[in-house]
Amino acid sequence: MHDTIRALLTQSGRLTTDASTLPVDADLYTAGLTSHGSVTLMLAIEEAFDVEFPDHMLTREVFSSIGAIAAAVAELRPIPAA
Amino acid sequence: MTPTTAPTPRQTALLAQLLATGLLIDSGVPGVYGRGAAFEEIRLAVDRLIDSVAAGDDAEALRFPPVLPRRHLETSGYLASFPHLAGTIFAFEGDEQDAAAQARDADAHARWDRHQQMTDVVLTPAACYPVYPAIAARGPLPPHGVCIDAGGAYVFRCEPSQDPARMQMFHQREIVRLGEPETVAAWRNVWRERCMTLLDDLGLEPATDVASDPFFGRQGRMLATSQRQQALKFEVSVAIAGDEPTAVASFNYHRDHFAERFGILAQTGGAVHTACLGFGLERITLGLLAAHGLDRGAWPPGVRLRLGLS
Repeated sequence: MHDTIRALLTQSGRLTTDASTLPVDADLYTAGLTSHGSVTLMLAIEEAFDVEFPDHMLTREVFSSIGAIAAAVAELRPIPAA
Repeated sequence: MTPTTAPTPRQTALLAQLLATGLLIDSGVPGVYGRGAAFEEIRLAVDRLIDSVAAGDDAEALRFPPVLPRRHLETSGYLASFPHLAGTIFAFEGDEQDAAAQARDADAHARWDRHQQMTDVVLTPAACYPVYPAIAARGPLPPHGVCIDAGGAYVFRCEPSQDPARMQMFHQREIVRLGEPETVAAWRNVWRERCMTLLDDLGLEPATDVASDPFFGRQGRMLATSQRQQALKFEVSVAIAGDEPTAVASFNYHRDHFAERFGILAQTGGAVHTACLGFGLERITLGLLAAHGLDRGAWPPGVRLRLGLS
Protein backbone atom coordinates (compact mmCIF):
# COMPACT_ATOMS: atom_id res chain seq x y z
CA MET A 1 0.00 0.00 0.00
CA HIS A 2 2.86 2.40 0.77
CA ASP A 3 4.11 2.29 -2.82
CA THR A 4 0.60 2.98 -4.17
CA ILE A 5 0.37 6.00 -1.88
CA ARG A 6 3.84 7.14 -3.03
CA ALA A 7 2.68 6.88 -6.66
CA LEU A 8 -0.46 8.91 -5.88
CA LEU A 9 1.67 11.49 -4.06
CA THR A 10 3.84 11.84 -7.16
CA GLN A 11 0.76 12.30 -9.38
CA SER A 12 -1.43 14.45 -7.11
CA GLY A 13 0.58 15.82 -4.22
CA ARG A 14 2.79 18.31 -6.09
CA LEU A 15 5.54 17.81 -3.51
CA THR A 16 8.80 19.70 -3.61
CA THR A 17 10.69 16.48 -2.81
CA ASP A 18 10.75 13.06 -4.53
CA ALA A 19 7.83 11.00 -3.19
CA SER A 20 9.26 7.68 -4.41
CA THR A 21 12.06 7.71 -1.81
CA LEU A 22 10.12 9.41 1.01
CA PRO A 23 10.21 7.51 4.34
CA VAL A 24 6.88 6.21 5.64
CA ASP A 25 6.95 8.55 8.63
CA ALA A 26 8.22 11.69 6.83
CA ASP A 27 6.06 14.80 7.28
CA LEU A 28 4.32 15.44 3.98
CA TYR A 29 3.66 19.12 4.73
CA THR A 30 7.40 19.63 5.26
CA ALA A 31 7.88 17.81 1.93
CA GLY A 32 5.77 20.48 0.25
CA LEU A 33 2.20 19.18 0.49
CA THR A 34 -0.22 22.15 0.44
CA SER A 35 -3.82 22.27 1.72
CA HIS A 36 -5.13 22.07 -1.85
CA GLY A 37 -2.62 19.33 -2.66
CA SER A 38 -3.90 17.29 0.29
CA VAL A 39 -7.46 17.59 -1.05
CA THR A 40 -6.40 16.34 -4.50
CA LEU A 41 -4.50 13.52 -2.79
CA MET A 42 -7.52 12.64 -0.63
CA LEU A 43 -9.76 12.28 -3.70
CA ALA A 44 -7.11 10.20 -5.52
CA ILE A 45 -6.74 7.86 -2.52
CA GLU A 46 -10.51 7.41 -2.25
CA GLU A 47 -10.64 6.40 -5.89
CA ALA A 48 -7.59 4.11 -5.80
CA PHE A 49 -8.62 2.22 -2.63
CA ASP A 50 -12.39 2.47 -3.12
CA VAL A 51 -12.94 4.09 0.28
CA GLU A 52 -14.70 7.23 1.45
CA PHE A 53 -13.18 9.24 4.27
CA PRO A 54 -15.80 10.27 6.84
CA ASP A 55 -15.81 13.92 7.93
CA HIS A 56 -13.91 13.28 11.16
CA MET A 57 -10.99 11.86 9.15
CA LEU A 58 -10.70 14.88 6.82
CA THR A 59 -7.94 16.43 8.94
CA ARG A 60 -4.33 17.47 8.42
CA GLU A 61 -3.10 14.65 10.69
CA VAL A 62 -4.64 11.87 8.57
CA PHE A 63 -2.71 13.12 5.52
CA SER A 64 0.49 14.05 7.36
CA SER A 65 2.59 11.01 6.33
CA ILE A 66 2.48 7.94 4.11
CA GLY A 67 2.11 5.81 7.24
CA ALA A 68 -0.78 7.90 8.60
CA ILE A 69 -2.62 7.67 5.26
CA ALA A 70 -2.05 3.89 5.11
CA ALA A 71 -3.40 3.48 8.65
CA ALA A 72 -6.51 5.50 7.77
CA VAL A 73 -7.15 3.51 4.59
CA ALA A 74 -6.67 0.22 6.48
CA GLU A 75 -9.24 1.38 9.02
CA LEU A 76 -11.78 2.13 6.29
CA ARG A 77 -11.30 -0.96 4.06
CA PRO A 78 -13.38 -4.02 4.75
CA ILE A 79 -11.37 -6.94 6.17
CA PRO A 80 -10.51 -9.22 3.21
CA ALA A 81 -12.09 -12.67 3.27
CA ALA A 82 -9.68 -15.38 4.41
CA MET B 1 -31.73 30.56 -7.61
CA THR B 2 -33.46 29.72 -4.37
CA PRO B 3 -32.28 31.08 -1.02
CA THR B 4 -29.61 28.90 0.58
CA THR B 5 -30.76 28.96 4.20
CA ALA B 6 -33.97 30.04 5.88
CA PRO B 7 -33.73 33.35 7.74
CA THR B 8 -34.43 33.62 11.47
CA PRO B 9 -37.59 35.54 12.50
CA ARG B 10 -35.40 38.44 13.69
CA GLN B 11 -33.60 38.56 10.33
CA THR B 12 -36.94 38.63 8.51
CA ALA B 13 -38.20 41.38 10.81
CA LEU B 14 -35.02 43.47 10.43
CA LEU B 15 -35.14 43.21 6.63
CA ALA B 16 -38.79 44.30 6.62
CA GLN B 17 -37.94 47.33 8.79
CA LEU B 18 -34.92 48.27 6.64
CA LEU B 19 -37.08 48.21 3.52
CA ALA B 20 -40.02 50.02 5.17
CA THR B 21 -37.79 52.86 6.36
CA GLY B 22 -36.00 53.18 3.00
CA LEU B 23 -32.60 52.35 4.49
CA LEU B 24 -32.46 49.55 1.90
CA ILE B 25 -34.37 49.40 -1.39
CA ASP B 26 -35.87 46.11 -2.54
CA SER B 27 -34.90 44.80 -5.98
CA GLY B 28 -37.00 41.64 -6.00
CA VAL B 29 -33.83 39.50 -5.87
CA PRO B 30 -32.82 38.21 -2.42
CA GLY B 31 -29.56 39.78 -1.26
CA VAL B 32 -29.54 42.57 -3.89
CA TYR B 33 -30.59 45.96 -2.55
CA GLY B 34 -30.37 49.62 -3.31
CA ARG B 35 -28.99 51.74 -0.48
CA GLY B 36 -30.99 54.69 0.81
CA ALA B 37 -29.23 57.99 1.59
CA ALA B 38 -29.38 57.41 5.36
CA PHE B 39 -27.79 53.94 4.98
CA GLU B 40 -25.02 55.26 2.72
CA GLU B 41 -24.15 58.11 5.10
CA ILE B 42 -23.47 55.54 7.82
CA ARG B 43 -21.62 53.14 5.52
CA LEU B 44 -19.35 55.90 4.23
CA ALA B 45 -18.74 57.13 7.79
CA VAL B 46 -17.59 53.61 8.74
CA ASP B 47 -15.29 53.59 5.70
CA ARG B 48 -13.77 56.93 6.76
CA LEU B 49 -13.28 55.64 10.30
CA ILE B 50 -11.32 52.67 8.90
CA ASP B 51 -9.29 55.22 6.85
CA SER B 52 -8.27 56.96 10.07
CA VAL B 53 -7.34 53.70 11.80
CA ALA B 54 -5.35 52.59 8.72
CA ALA B 55 -3.43 55.87 8.42
CA GLY B 56 -0.46 54.46 10.37
CA ASP B 57 0.09 51.72 7.79
CA ASP B 58 0.94 54.28 5.10
CA ALA B 59 -0.72 51.92 2.62
CA GLU B 60 -0.73 52.66 -1.10
CA ALA B 61 -4.31 53.21 -2.27
CA LEU B 62 -5.19 51.28 -5.42
CA ARG B 63 -8.69 51.04 -6.85
CA PHE B 64 -10.14 48.37 -9.15
CA PRO B 65 -13.50 47.92 -10.87
CA PRO B 66 -15.94 45.29 -9.55
CA VAL B 67 -15.01 42.97 -12.40
CA LEU B 68 -11.90 40.82 -12.52
CA PRO B 69 -10.19 39.37 -15.60
CA ARG B 70 -11.39 35.77 -15.83
CA ARG B 71 -7.79 34.64 -16.19
CA HIS B 72 -6.94 36.09 -12.76
CA LEU B 73 -9.81 34.17 -11.16
CA GLU B 74 -8.54 30.98 -12.83
CA THR B 75 -4.95 31.60 -11.68
CA SER B 76 -6.06 32.34 -8.11
CA GLY B 77 -7.54 28.86 -7.66
CA TYR B 78 -10.89 30.35 -6.56
CA LEU B 79 -12.96 27.82 -8.50
CA ALA B 80 -11.33 24.90 -6.68
CA SER B 81 -12.43 26.33 -3.33
CA PHE B 82 -15.61 28.32 -4.03
CA PRO B 83 -17.22 27.09 -7.29
CA HIS B 84 -20.66 27.79 -5.80
CA LEU B 85 -20.04 31.48 -5.08
CA ALA B 86 -18.43 32.70 -8.32
CA GLY B 87 -20.29 34.94 -10.75
CA THR B 88 -19.15 34.75 -14.37
CA ILE B 89 -20.16 37.43 -16.88
CA PHE B 90 -21.67 36.31 -20.16
CA ALA B 91 -22.62 38.54 -23.10
CA PHE B 92 -24.45 38.25 -26.39
CA GLU B 93 -22.71 36.81 -29.41
CA GLY B 94 -24.49 36.30 -32.72
CA ASP B 95 -26.07 37.94 -35.74
CA GLU B 96 -29.21 40.06 -36.16
CA GLN B 97 -31.47 37.02 -36.15
CA ASP B 98 -29.91 35.73 -32.94
CA ALA B 99 -30.35 39.18 -31.40
CA ALA B 100 -34.03 39.23 -32.37
CA ALA B 101 -34.52 35.74 -30.91
CA GLN B 102 -32.82 36.81 -27.69
CA ALA B 103 -35.04 39.89 -27.44
CA ARG B 104 -38.16 37.73 -27.94
CA ASP B 105 -37.01 35.30 -25.23
CA ALA B 106 -36.25 38.18 -22.87
CA ASP B 107 -39.60 39.87 -23.54
CA ALA B 108 -41.30 36.61 -22.55
CA HIS B 109 -39.03 36.33 -19.47
CA ALA B 110 -37.95 32.97 -20.91
CA ARG B 111 -34.35 31.72 -20.66
CA TRP B 112 -32.06 33.60 -23.02
CA ASP B 113 -28.71 32.12 -21.96
CA ARG B 114 -28.46 30.10 -25.22
CA HIS B 115 -27.59 33.37 -26.98
CA GLN B 116 -24.79 34.18 -24.54
CA GLN B 117 -21.09 33.41 -24.48
CA MET B 118 -18.59 33.63 -21.65
CA THR B 119 -16.66 36.94 -21.61
CA ASP B 120 -13.15 37.64 -20.36
CA VAL B 121 -14.43 39.03 -17.05
CA VAL B 122 -16.04 37.72 -13.86
CA LEU B 123 -17.52 39.57 -10.91
CA THR B 124 -14.82 40.32 -8.32
CA PRO B 125 -15.27 37.80 -5.47
CA ALA B 126 -13.06 39.63 -2.95
CA ALA B 127 -11.56 43.11 -3.10
CA CYS B 128 -7.99 41.85 -2.70
CA TYR B 129 -7.99 39.62 -5.81
CA PRO B 130 -6.94 42.32 -8.32
CA VAL B 131 -4.06 43.33 -6.03
CA TYR B 132 -1.91 40.20 -6.43
CA PRO B 133 -1.47 40.26 -10.23
CA ALA B 134 -0.97 44.05 -10.11
CA ILE B 135 1.85 43.71 -7.59
CA ALA B 136 3.36 40.70 -9.36
CA ALA B 137 3.58 42.76 -12.57
CA ARG B 138 5.79 45.34 -10.82
CA GLY B 139 8.59 42.81 -10.33
CA PRO B 140 10.23 41.58 -7.10
CA LEU B 141 8.98 43.09 -3.83
CA PRO B 142 11.16 45.70 -2.08
CA PRO B 143 12.85 44.57 1.20
CA HIS B 144 10.00 45.61 3.52
CA GLY B 145 7.24 44.39 1.25
CA VAL B 146 4.20 46.47 0.38
CA CYS B 147 0.86 47.38 1.96
CA ILE B 148 -2.05 48.04 -0.39
CA ASP B 149 -5.35 49.66 0.50
CA ALA B 150 -7.78 48.22 -2.06
CA GLY B 151 -10.60 50.50 -0.87
CA GLY B 152 -14.21 49.62 -0.29
CA ALA B 153 -15.02 47.81 -3.52
CA TYR B 154 -18.22 46.04 -4.52
CA VAL B 155 -17.74 42.24 -4.46
CA PHE B 156 -20.12 39.44 -5.46
CA ARG B 157 -21.05 36.09 -3.89
CA CYS B 158 -23.80 34.00 -5.45
CA GLU B 159 -25.72 33.14 -2.28
CA PRO B 160 -29.26 34.51 -2.38
CA SER B 161 -30.66 34.91 1.13
CA GLN B 162 -33.41 36.72 3.01
CA ASP B 163 -30.90 37.49 5.78
CA PRO B 164 -30.19 41.22 5.31
CA ALA B 165 -26.60 40.58 6.46
CA ARG B 166 -25.99 38.10 3.64
CA MET B 167 -25.98 40.26 0.54
CA GLN B 168 -24.95 38.97 -2.87
CA MET B 169 -23.20 42.24 -3.67
CA PHE B 170 -21.66 44.36 -0.95
CA HIS B 171 -18.74 46.65 -0.18
CA GLN B 172 -15.70 44.92 1.18
CA ARG B 173 -13.03 47.26 2.53
CA GLU B 174 -9.76 45.40 2.11
CA ILE B 175 -6.15 46.09 3.01
CA VAL B 176 -3.45 43.68 1.83
CA ARG B 177 0.05 43.11 3.18
CA LEU B 178 2.69 41.37 1.09
CA GLY B 179 6.15 40.65 2.46
CA GLU B 180 8.25 38.36 4.64
CA PRO B 181 6.27 35.74 6.63
CA GLU B 182 6.96 37.26 10.08
CA THR B 183 6.07 40.80 8.95
CA VAL B 184 2.80 39.68 7.37
CA ALA B 185 1.71 37.52 10.32
CA ALA B 186 2.48 40.30 12.83
CA TRP B 187 0.59 42.87 10.74
CA ARG B 188 -2.50 40.68 10.69
CA ASN B 189 -2.49 40.31 14.48
CA VAL B 190 -2.09 44.07 15.00
CA TRP B 191 -5.13 44.70 12.79
CA ARG B 192 -7.29 42.24 14.65
CA GLU B 193 -6.73 44.25 17.83
CA ARG B 194 -7.33 47.54 15.98
CA CYS B 195 -10.62 46.15 14.70
CA MET B 196 -11.74 45.06 18.16
CA THR B 197 -11.05 48.58 19.49
CA LEU B 198 -12.76 50.23 16.51
CA LEU B 199 -15.97 48.21 16.93
CA ASP B 200 -15.89 48.46 20.71
CA ASP B 201 -15.75 52.26 20.38
CA LEU B 202 -18.93 52.02 18.28
CA GLY B 203 -20.73 50.15 21.06
CA LEU B 204 -20.95 46.89 19.12
CA GLU B 205 -19.46 44.48 21.70
CA PRO B 206 -17.24 42.60 19.22
CA ALA B 207 -15.96 39.05 19.75
CA THR B 208 -13.13 37.37 17.86
CA ASP B 209 -12.50 33.73 17.04
CA VAL B 210 -10.69 31.40 14.66
CA ALA B 211 -12.84 30.83 11.57
CA SER B 212 -12.91 29.10 8.18
CA ASP B 213 -14.05 30.09 4.72
CA PRO B 214 -17.25 28.60 3.19
CA PHE B 215 -15.37 26.09 1.04
CA PHE B 216 -17.46 23.87 -1.26
CA GLY B 217 -18.26 20.20 -0.71
CA ARG B 218 -16.46 17.39 1.14
CA GLN B 219 -13.04 18.57 0.04
CA GLY B 220 -14.11 21.97 1.37
CA ARG B 221 -14.66 20.50 4.81
CA MET B 222 -11.08 19.27 4.70
CA LEU B 223 -9.80 22.70 3.64
CA ALA B 224 -11.88 24.36 6.38
CA THR B 225 -10.52 21.99 9.05
CA SER B 226 -6.99 22.60 7.86
CA GLN B 227 -7.55 26.37 7.83
CA ARG B 228 -8.84 26.29 11.42
CA GLN B 229 -6.05 23.99 12.64
CA GLN B 230 -3.47 26.43 11.29
CA ALA B 231 -5.44 29.48 12.54
CA LEU B 232 -5.17 31.06 9.09
CA LYS B 233 -8.44 32.98 9.46
CA PHE B 234 -9.82 35.09 12.30
CA GLU B 235 -13.17 36.80 12.27
CA VAL B 236 -14.60 39.57 14.40
CA SER B 237 -18.33 39.24 14.96
CA VAL B 238 -21.09 41.46 16.31
CA ALA B 239 -24.79 40.89 16.94
CA ILE B 240 -27.03 41.74 13.98
CA ALA B 241 -30.15 39.58 13.77
CA GLY B 242 -28.92 36.00 13.65
CA ASP B 243 -29.00 33.41 16.42
CA GLU B 244 -25.22 33.77 16.56
CA PRO B 245 -23.13 36.94 16.14
CA THR B 246 -22.37 37.77 12.49
CA ALA B 247 -18.82 38.15 11.16
CA VAL B 248 -18.20 41.78 10.13
CA ALA B 249 -14.44 41.59 9.57
CA SER B 250 -11.96 38.86 8.72
CA PHE B 251 -8.19 38.58 8.96
CA ASN B 252 -6.75 36.09 6.55
CA TYR B 253 -3.23 34.70 6.33
CA HIS B 254 -2.70 33.08 2.91
CA ARG B 255 0.89 31.97 3.55
CA ASP B 256 2.49 31.64 0.06
CA HIS B 257 -0.76 30.74 -1.80
CA PHE B 258 -1.23 33.97 -3.79
CA ALA B 259 2.50 34.72 -4.09
CA GLU B 260 3.06 31.30 -5.62
CA ARG B 261 -0.03 31.45 -7.86
CA PHE B 262 0.77 34.90 -9.26
CA GLY B 263 4.58 34.63 -9.16
CA ILE B 264 5.25 37.36 -6.58
CA LEU B 265 8.96 37.25 -5.68
CA ALA B 266 11.12 39.06 -3.12
CA GLN B 267 14.22 41.10 -4.05
CA THR B 268 15.93 39.35 -1.15
CA GLY B 269 15.14 35.94 -2.66
CA GLY B 270 13.22 34.86 0.46
CA ALA B 271 9.64 33.64 0.68
CA VAL B 272 6.75 36.03 0.06
CA HIS B 273 3.63 35.60 2.16
CA THR B 274 0.40 37.57 1.96
CA ALA B 275 -2.43 38.45 4.30
CA CYS B 276 -5.53 40.54 3.89
CA LEU B 277 -8.13 42.03 6.13
CA GLY B 278 -11.64 42.69 5.01
CA PHE B 279 -14.34 44.79 6.63
CA GLY B 280 -17.90 44.15 5.51
CA LEU B 281 -19.11 47.76 5.37
CA GLU B 282 -22.80 46.89 5.02
CA ARG B 283 -22.58 44.41 7.90
CA ILE B 284 -20.97 46.96 10.23
CA THR B 285 -23.68 49.44 9.19
CA LEU B 286 -26.35 46.80 9.94
CA GLY B 287 -24.66 46.08 13.28
CA LEU B 288 -24.91 49.78 14.18
CA LEU B 289 -28.58 49.93 13.15
CA ALA B 290 -29.37 46.72 15.07
CA ALA B 291 -27.53 47.86 18.20
CA HIS B 292 -28.56 51.51 18.34
CA GLY B 293 -31.82 51.64 16.39
CA LEU B 294 -32.86 52.55 12.85
CA ASP B 295 -33.14 56.26 13.74
CA ARG B 296 -29.61 57.59 13.73
CA GLY B 297 -30.70 60.75 15.56
CA ALA B 298 -31.40 58.62 18.64
CA TRP B 299 -27.98 56.91 18.69
CA PRO B 300 -25.61 57.47 21.65
CA PRO B 301 -23.77 60.80 21.09
CA GLY B 302 -20.38 59.09 21.56
CA VAL B 303 -21.05 56.69 18.65
CA ARG B 304 -22.17 59.52 16.34
CA LEU B 305 -19.12 61.57 17.35
CA ARG B 306 -16.74 58.67 16.63
CA LEU B 307 -18.31 58.33 13.17
CA GLY B 308 -18.36 62.08 12.55
CA LEU B 309 -22.13 61.94 12.04
CA SER B 310 -24.60 64.54 13.27
